[in-house]
Amino acid sequence: MTMNKGTPLVEMRDISISFGGIKAVDHVSIDLHPGEVVGLLGHNGAGKSTLIKCLSGAYQKDTGEIYVNGERAEINNPRDARNYNIETIYQTLALADNLDAASNLFLGRELVTAAGFVDDAQMEAETRKIMARLNPNFRKFNVPVSALSGGQRQSVAIARAVYFNAKILIMDEPTAALGPQETQMVAELIQELKRQGLGIFLIEHDIHAVMDLCDRAVVMKNGQRVGTVNVDEVTDDDILGMIIMGKKPAKAY
Amino acid sequence: MTKTPLTAPPVAPAQAGAGGNPVKRFLSATEIDTRLLGMLAALLLIWGGFHLYGAIVNGNGAFLTPRNLWNLSVQTSSIGIMATGMVLVIITRNIDLSVGSLIGVTGMTMGILQVDILPQIFGLGHWSIWIITCVAGIALGALIGAFHGWLIAYRGIPSFIVTLGGLMVWRGMAFIANGGKTISPVDSTFALLGGGPGGNVGATGSWIVGLIACAGVVWLLVNGRRQRIKHEFPLRPIWAEVTLGAIGCGAIIGSVLLMNAYPLPRGILRQMDLPDDAFVSHGFAIPVLIMIAVGIAMTILMTRTRFGRYVFAIGGNPEAAALAGINTRWMTLKIFALMGALSGLAAIIASARLNSATNALGTLDELYVIAAAVIGGTSLAGGVGTIYGAILGALVMQSLQSGMVLIGFDAAIQRIVVGVVLVLAVYLDNLYRARTK
Repeated sequence: MTMNKGTPLVEMRDISISFGGIKAVDHVSIDLHPGEVVGLLGHNGAGKSTLIKCLSGAYQKDTGEIYVNGERAEINNPRDARNYNIETIYQTLALADNLDAASNLFLGRELVTAAGFVDDAQMEAETRKIMARLNPNFRKFNVPVSALSGGQRQSVAIARAVYFNAKILIMDEPTAALGPQETQMVAELIQELKRQGLGIFLIEHDIHAVMDLCDRAVVMKNGQRVGTVNVDEVTDDDILGMIIMGKKPAKAY
Repeated sequence: MTKTPLTAPPVAPAQAGAGGNPVKRFLSATEIDTRLLGMLAALLLIWGGFHLYGAIVNGNGAFLTPRNLWNLSVQTSSIGIMATGMVLVIITRNIDLSVGSLIGVTGMTMGILQVDILPQIFGLGHWSIWIITCVAGIALGALIGAFHGWLIAYRGIPSFIVTLGGLMVWRGMAFIANGGKTISPVDSTFALLGGGPGGNVGATGSWIVGLIACAGVVWLLVNGRRQRIKHEFPLRPIWAEVTLGAIGCGAIIGSVLLMNAYPLPRGILRQMDLPDDAFVSHGFAIPVLIMIAVGIAMTILMTRTRFGRYVFAIGGNPEAAALAGINTRWMTLKIFALMGALSGLAAIIASARLNSATNALGTLDELYVIAAAVIGGTSLAGGVGTIYGAILGALVMQSLQSGMVLIGFDAAIQRIVVGVVLVLAVYLDNLYRARTK
């Protein structure tokens, strides 16, 4: 691919992390360029989510280094990651079910008035604006998110990542709980964000979604990186072979 | 006012379900919490029940009298104050069993401080004694609470165990502190905080408090409407706003009239060199004003600050809260410190009211405080609860308690009734939640 020149948006070098003697991620390096979607694939337990949680600040890596725009980044907690404009949409959505959409969207980054009180009206107004863009049918602004459908909850989680001008977006199976129409909506959103120059890590099981949406795919198995491929140079069978057997096709690196 | 018809359509879908039933339409337009109405109805039922029972069986309906209701308000203060803190603890899926013992140990410490130590330094009856004592008591409570919070958040010991240990440890400490001896009397200014003789603000003071409160209600409504207009959110109809204001101000003025209708007894009039037949109103008791101030401050904390938002977020989904960058451990420590500080404040009121510090002060209070919070709608599953609910819950508990004393039920029956009511209240609340979901 021609776009992979210059400084990567994110580079994770030689990352390792283990839990109680089990190496969940074993010396893995990946990178991501602006305007690029990189798919992360592998079986359950292959280490994709764990690797990516080192980037989002949910876990702390044991060894290895993270570079953002070519500069060494210290990410010890989710707040650090957000300061590097890294936003994450978790598989579990990570929503507080008892709070409404606006409170979830701004959780940890509440808008406050001059007196230092949370500005609920302002936050709701901002939420209405971004929702009008992402999911125009969204109406339930004053109920806890537990009362929302799967797709509506997903759009709250996506709005949270998009609202704060993410440069780097991590999406952990964003369409797992969605119907066909909502899945299509997420796919369009990914294309749109890509055009805006964001870099996106996409953890995905659906091989067709990967072929459609991703520029490159990184396959992991047993905590190690099997290989990285440019998606338009390989077939879905090649990728499946990497996932299932750990077999590296000739075009991979 | 052209805004009103403009913004009316968005309300319509929400009201469509309410149908033509005028009661439902009223509730939906005023946005009154129906759960709150239920609690008020239960409270009125309890009050009316005790009054009628007294009137019919004992020939003396003593419950709905200014005197009894005034006493009830004072008796509720200490539990009510702690219940506001317990709401935060329970929302974040923890429990604090140690608050009763905290009252004991902080009360005892304040007793020693103001009777044995401070008078030796400043001289007996010095003006600063009560201030230093109160600050020390609240600070000690906060410190012990912070220690509990640290054990829970940073050492991973379940809150049930930490505070169960605390329940025993601090009660023991309260005994050791003065060898089990009661300290009495306390500093005379300190004693006013308990609402005993002189511990009230009188008729004029009550009117001032009442008028400030009414102004507050009006300001809240006007400001709320202004905010909605600014952001073009659906508005309440004007008649609903006016009704809400009238209900709020009416309740406030009613309680001022009630508190002012209870005159000081003859003994105190004589101390004040007034004739026996003079009518001098009690007005609001100081501990009640403290409870109301705490209630307002805690409500602001829970609904208007980041801290409160994080408390709810942790209760709703601790993992999500942590992923949103909230330091959940530090929050837990702060919540328990706040609970401890409120226990210290409650200890001030409890010991001032008794005019003495005893090592048994606050025994079993933890159960009443937890019950008050739970009856007030705080969910033990976490994430749900309100401050006003907890204070109302405390009022319900205390109404049962003093109502049964008033009509002559003995202690055994009292416990049975309180226990049954607690379980029943939570069951009814479950039914209510299931129905409104």
